[in-house]
Formats: sequence, C-alpha cells, structure tokens
Amino acid sequence: MPSARHPSPRRRPGLLGRFSKDLLALIVPAAAVVAGVGLLGCAPNGAKHLDSGEPLQPPSAFAAVADDAERSQAMFAEAARVLLHPRCVNCHPSDDSPRQLDSSRMHVPRVTRGTKGDGAAGLRCASCHQSENLSFTRVPGAPHWQLAPIEMAWFGKTPREVCEQLKDPARNGGRDADALVEHMRTDPLVAWGWDPGADRAPVPGDQNTFADLIRAWLDTGAVCPPDTTTPGAAS
Amino acid sequence: MIAFHVNGEAVRVDVDPEMPLLWCLRDHLQLTGTKYGCGEAYCGACVIHLDGEAVRACVTPVAKASGRQVTTIEGLSEHGDHPVQRAWREENVPQCGYCQSGQIMSAAALLAEVPAPTDDQIDQSMAGNVCRCGTYDRIRKAIHRASQEQG
Repeated sequence: MPSARHPSPRRRPGLLGRFSKDLLALIVPAAAVVAGVGLLGCAPNGAKHLDSGEPLQPPSAFAAVADDAERSQAMFAEAARVLLHPRCVNCHPSDDSPRQLDSSRMHVPRVTRGTKGDGAAGLRCASCHQSENLSFTRVPGAPHWQLAPIEMAWFGKTPREVCEQLKDPARNGGRDADALVEHMRTDPLVAWGWDPGADRAPVPGDQNTFADLIRAWLDTGAVCPPDTTTPGAAS
Repeated sequence: MIAFHVNGEAVRVDVDPEMPLLWCLRDHLQLTGTKYGCGEAYCGACVIHLDGEAVRACVTPVAKASGRQVTTIEGLSEHGDHPVQRAWREENVPQCGYCQSGQIMSAAALLAEVPAPTDDQIDQSMAGNVCRCGTYDRIRKAIHRASQEQG
C-alpha cells in the first residue's frame, strides 16, 4: 500500500479512461496476491522454526557445564537459535528460491538464485532490495543482499547438520575459525537479522553475543550436538 | 535537489529523497509510461532501468538515482523500435496493455545480458512481471523473436 507520505502517483486519463485504469490498479496487485497464495502450498517442509523469544544466552551461561564437549554442544545449540531462524535460513535455501516471512513461504515473486546467487538476469535481488530497509515499504534491504551459495544451504537442516557444514571450509565459504567468527560478528547482511524492519521477527539476542557463542563453540572443540538436538534445546 | 539523467536528459528534482522513483517519474517528470501496479514490488508494472539494470521504481527511493542513468519505456528507443518493442508488435503481445511497459523493460534487460535465452531463462527473468490478461506465452515468443532479430 502506498504510504500517506507518498500517496499513489496520479493516473492520467488515457485510452482506457480513468475508471478502467483504477480498476486495473486493483486487479494487478490482486493477481499478484493470488499468485502468491497459490505458491504457499509449494513450500517444502523445512524451516518453520519459531524462536522462544528468550534472550540469547552468552557463553558464560554455560560455565556450569564442566565437560568441554558437552559445553561446546550446548553453546552451538544456543547459537542455532540464530542460524536456523527464518531471518537466516530464508536466504540459505536448499533449492534455487528464497523463502520469506516468519512462515518461510516461497518468495513472491518467485525469484531464483541465478548464476551468482544475486538473482536472474533482469530480476536481480537488487531490483527490489536496497542496501537498507525502506521506510515506505516492507521490502527489506542490507548490503550485498543475495542468497547464500547452495553449498551453504541450511533450510530444513538440523543444528547438527548446520554445525558440520560450518566446520567444513568447502561448505562455509572457505573460512577458517577466525574468519567464521569475523563473518558472524561483522557482516552487514548477518547483522540485518537483528534489524529486519517492518513486522519481521528479529533473530534473538545481539550480534556480539551470537559471535561470542560461535567463538566459544570453536574454542571448546567445535563439537556438534546430537542429531535430535533442536535449536536452543541444550540451554 | 537530486540530479540524474532520464532517457539521456539531465534532470534535477526537489523532492523528498525517500520518495519512490515511480512517483517522481510520473508526477514530477510527467513520464507516465511506467505504471503503478501494486506499490510493493510484487507485480513488475513499474520496471525501469537504472544504469542498465532492471529495477522496480515503486520501491526505489529517488535518492538512489542520484548521478545515475534512468531509462523508462519512453526512452528505451528513440522511435519505439527497440527489437523488443518491434517483436511485441509483431507478436501482438499486449491485451489490456497495463503491465506491458514493465514487461518490455524486463525483457530488454534480460536480452542485454543473455542475448539468446532459453525458455527457462525467460521464465526465471520474467517471473516478477505479472500479467492479469495471461499473455505469458506471447511474451515468451516475442522475447525469442527479439533475440533472433537483434542477432
């Protein structure tokens, strides 16, 4: 919907006449909505992770866990509340299309990753997404808005599966431990998760606490939690 | 004051920097070929080119155009004879026509980057342009025709 600040641009009478044009302005978005609703049923089982909303626990909260391996697993499970949140996995899909909203429905319009993860020719992510969230529309934005490479797909994965991926340079963007922490702590697209704009739920905690958890997990042996662990379940 | 070029001509506009570029084009520069559809980047009726890249003018703040080249349907070609425009006529693509300027601008951006697209590439690139008349088959056919004509 156009904002009150910037009302819709005037439509000038033309061949179709004012009534017809106004009618079309209603029909075109309606068609888009219908197309979007039609796609809802296509979303595979996957994310649907809704966080508890509790504060993200810092590494110090796990000090009572004496065993290093158990503490490492517990801290990763806590960090997975961020990693597997819709704000993150929606753009870490296991196929070629991003998801959106807290429900992780298929993205509308049905965009694809293209050859570089930034969209198809003529329909880049940047066709709509700016380098920041906009005040007059729900369209979110952050620097280098794009899909994660397919080898970094997290959508539908368990904390353990993502944990194994993060330790594998072939599936973590070629990062060693320090680069991984640096990415989590400073990357502006990662940071967007805490400031998603509009009515989107932010990932829990703050970026530094999240990066501290990743650092502490790595420093305690980078042990992955069991298959059955769910995000935050070990905290 | 925000300065940029529209269809090759230098313009300066005194508007809110956060005003959607579509508003500026239509209401301040009287370029009404670019259409307002949904205002939320869903339908593609407002696609223009910004430095040659297809963007949706309804969700592009006018400040993003500062110092850049904006091309609208009015400026895609001097005489309406861009290969895509010719193919559109030859294939009788439009029905009601409301979405077609956005369709043409998206198609032109696709062909500028992928001169001979496959059906899949066309479908992926045009996925963000909705046509309530359902002219999609003719759109695809016209893009193939334009591809052949531009060599």
